[in-house]
Amino acid sequence: MSKHLPLWEVFLRSRRGLEHKHVGSLHAADPEQAMQYARDVYTRRQEGCSIWVVQAIDIHASQEIEGAAFFDPAEDKVYRHASFYDVPEDLKL
Amino acid sequence: MLAESSIEAWQFKYVLRLGDNALILGQRLSEWCGHSPFVEEDVAMANTALDHIGRARMLLTHAADLEGDGRSEDDLAYLRNERQFTNFLLCELPIDDFAFTIVRQVLLDAYHYLLYDALQQSNDATLAAIAAKVVKESTYHLRHSSEWLIRLGDGTKESQQRAQIALNKQWRFISEFFHADEVDHAAFSNGIGADVAKLERQWRIEIELILNKATLKQPEDAPLAASGRAGLHTEHMGFLLAEMQSVPRAYPGLEW
Repeated sequence: MSKHLPLWEVFLRSRRGLEHKHVGSLHAADPEQAMQYARDVYTRRQEGCSIWVVQAIDIHASQEIEGAAFFDPAEDKVYRHASFYDVPEDLKL
Repeated sequence: MLAESSIEAWQFKYVLRLGDNALILGQRLSEWCGHSPFVEEDVAMANTALDHIGRARMLLTHAADLEGDGRSEDDLAYLRNERQFTNFLLCELPIDDFAFTIVRQVLLDAYHYLLYDALQQSNDATLAAIAAKVVKESTYHLRHSSEWLIRLGDGTKESQQRAQIALNKQWRFISEFFHADEVDHAAFSNGIGADVAKLERQWRIEIELILNKATLKQPEDAPLAASGRAGLHTEHMGFLLAEMQSVPRAYPGLEW
């Protein structure tokens, strides 16, 4: 065994109908063990009804250094928000 | 037809045994807290220990009600002496190495899973309700422990060897699981307890499957001289009780 078992990221769905959210990470040897530890470590207080585990090396993350090119151009494009419609009075939101 | 008082005597004993197994196994397992191979397993092991202590509370409370002598779950857990405990000897053996603990969990998780599955149909409504909760825990416990045993048995040379040694050391203790005495017979014939013979058949099939996957050799059955159920324990039991009971005995009735 290497010094550390592979790292896994854990995603939980707290209720049916909601999306899975990232809750943390853990080390485990394989998917079954990762699933069991996710259950033991992250759902002890009924936090979830569904678990996803993804090996951390399979996640590709955007880089801090790319932030300016990636995200800043959206800054002045307020028209991309759906906030320029008049909502009819009868419509219940 | 048994008199009502004698019904309660064996009923009390039947539930007390279940509670004692849960309590002593939970106490042993909790010794791993902070000492497991890595932090994820530490949390998993502590969860399992707490499941056992939780079921011990329910079962001992129910036993105390059946006894009707005004004793509480705490009285049963903390104020009885070694000879009054009725747990299987396997539950009280020291934790030894990780393989030893995993082997014990597999043998007992499979037993508890099958036992409580059957007890869901008990005529004792409280026991049936406890069983319905417990069987879900044991289903998970068995998944976790059997997964580990397969990993150890079918793992490295050393893990295989340690798992096999642990299995060889523990196998003789299983005869106690399936030795039905008058309490078991009374409980079964009154629709309160499980059918021990059926339990043994199911258990052997389940365990054989796991051992095969783990590439471990099933040891020969062997007789067991002592019986925890009769209050005759190993030399380890006194130390376990001393640790578990020292605070309530030193400070009787203490609350915080």
